[in-house]
Amino acid sequence: MNEGTRPRGWVDRLLALNAWVVYLFFYAPIVLLIVFSFNDNENVGIWTQPSLRWYGEMFQDERVMGALRNSLIVAFFATIVSTVLGTMLAIALERYRFRGRGTLDGIAYLPIIIPDVTMAVMLLIFFFQAFGMLDEALGINLSAGLLTITLAHIAFCISFVAIVVRARLSQLDSSLEEAAADLYANRWQAFRKVTLPLIAPGVAGGALLALTLSLDDVVVTQFVSGAGSTTLPVYVFGLVRRGVTPLINAVSTVMLVASMVLVGISLGFQRGAEARGQRLADPEALLEEISAD
Amino acid sequence: MANPAVELAGVTKRFGDEVVAVNELDLTIEDGEFFSLLGPSGCGKTTTLRMIAGFEFPTEGSIRIHGKEMGLKPPNQRPVNTVFQSYALFPHMSVAENVAFGLNMTKVEKSEVQRRVSRVLDQVQLSKRADARPSQLSGGMQQRVALARALVNEPEVLLLDEPLGALDLKLRQAMQVELKDLQGRVGITFIYVTHDQEEALTMSDRIGVMNEGSLLQVGRSEEIYEHPASRFVADFIGDINLIDVTLNGSGGARLSSGAEIALPGGTTGSETQITLALRPERLALYDLDEEIPAGYNRVRVKVSRRLYYGDVHFYDVDAGIGTEIEVKEENRPGVELYEVGEEAYLAWSPEAANLVTS
Repeated sequence: MNEGTRPRGWVDRLLALNAWVVYLFFYAPIVLLIVFSFNDNENVGIWTQPSLRWYGEMFQDERVMGALRNSLIVAFFATIVSTVLGTMLAIALERYRFRGRGTLDGIAYLPIIIPDVTMAVMLLIFFFQAFGMLDEALGINLSAGLLTITLAHIAFCISFVAIVVRARLSQLDSSLEEAAADLYANRWQAFRKVTLPLIAPGVAGGALLALTLSLDDVVVTQFVSGAGSTTLPVYVFGLVRRGVTPLINAVSTVMLVASMVLVGISLGFQRGAEARGQRLADPEALLEEISAD
Repeated sequence: MANPAVELAGVTKRFGDEVVAVNELDLTIEDGEFFSLLGPSGCGKTTTLRMIAGFEFPTEGSIRIHGKEMGLKPPNQRPVNTVFQSYALFPHMSVAENVAFGLNMTKVEKSEVQRRVSRVLDQVQLSKRADARPSQLSGGMQQRVALARALVNEPEVLLLDEPLGALDLKLRQAMQVELKDLQGRVGITFIYVTHDQEEALTMSDRIGVMNEGSLLQVGRSEEIYEHPASRFVADFIGDINLIDVTLNGSGGARLSSGAEIALPGGTTGSETQITLALRPERLALYDLDEEIPAGYNRVRVKVSRRLYYGDVHFYDVDAGIGTEIEVKEENRPGVELYEVGEEAYLAWSPEAANLVTS
């Protein structure tokens, strides 16, 4: 029997139908969200006429803009710090043998597995205790705010960065680093000239993932933020509880677009690396898996 | 007198408490020598090389390069360069950038770097591919880039870790000749690690045979091949017949079939079990009524197998000693063929045999 002209059975039809339904399930809410963000009516569900009214209001709303500014500040520092620390962690776990490495390796990715709420509660308690001790010991009076949010974001981003960088690093032939050392490069030069350029797509992918995670986080941020230090997702969450207006649709649409652009750039880095003839590490798959979460 | 290129004294390398990779190695490699470390995988030859390069450090013992103690010096502070088995070319750099890497790290002047890179690329016939990425080159070309990248630094010693392992047979044979010529031209000491005895025999000035972390024998190719000092060396290098005999007290020995044979001159002892090592090409078959050179040992055998290899015939013959003896006869005009089942005399000069213990 010719495989190419095999008649389609009911299983094939069912699978095809399933694919369409699943995609509808995925994307209908997104389409609705975007469409109603251009709705002129105060009520989300009732369509009157298209307008950019809510986008205008969004940009004039000081609380939205303030929350956005906070989000960007937190994300900026959280990304930089977690990328540097996560990359260092990946290198330590992948390349060096040291006492306790096995244990550290086993628990390195715990922050990814721990439920958000648990993470949030423990960070809250930790900050409360730490601030109390700092106040007592040194007289430094700290309170919850952007600093605690940033620290909390760093805490959960490091593991993600480490995973992505390590996937890349594990595919790197360690004799390349030996070759650099053999050719008179000291440790720093070998890292700077050989290791870093070769893991750069992984580092960039990890950084963008950290940025996305930080910009999107609600649960942890809500617990550790103090008064007056609201980030955009937390602000949106608060708005929803007071009743949904198309303003939320507009803000959500902007966040959605921003996230997609970031992920797009991240994938671009990976593809670029592939086109230059370097073998692709797994972070792309990981990235997709994690951001679907 | 100049110091030897490399001296290893009592070098031992342990991994953890159990594994002894290299065991009390003493070795002196002279300046300008092409020295091969030969042995099966896991024998410690690569670990030895990596200790000279500085990627591993000896648990005990000392390594000196031209008289200078290397101690715990990292690789970048040692006057040696390595050609890696996987080549380890930097994939994000062009051929020329790869070759220039070492010179740039040692702050050689830009114009000097350019001059030396283009000269060495000329030497390995890769001038036209200077701007190519390593991934665009064939295996043989990548091999030459790896060589150029090491040689351009004019190291005191060049370390080569099975550099021809990934090439196909024809290319490997061509590169053997090329490497040997190159070493003669540049006059740098080469330490070459291989498990391929043919490579070692054809290229080396001297060979060190290793097994299970120990250096068993060091010598010129001919010495290693013709006069193996132990059963392992005899067996590992080339084809060989290892025949258990008992010394008979009068300079000869008795096979397990009862036949008496003469041994190399000067052999003494009696009633001792010893192993006779005989190369197949040193054995010959004669018709039962044919004249055999005077002084040769002769043993009556029956041909049990004949294999045609093109340039040679291999015979397995039965001499009634339990194991079959392999005989290699060249496929030349006038050399008589023996059929399976045919009886003949197996003959050899007593001096062609080696006695090995353990």
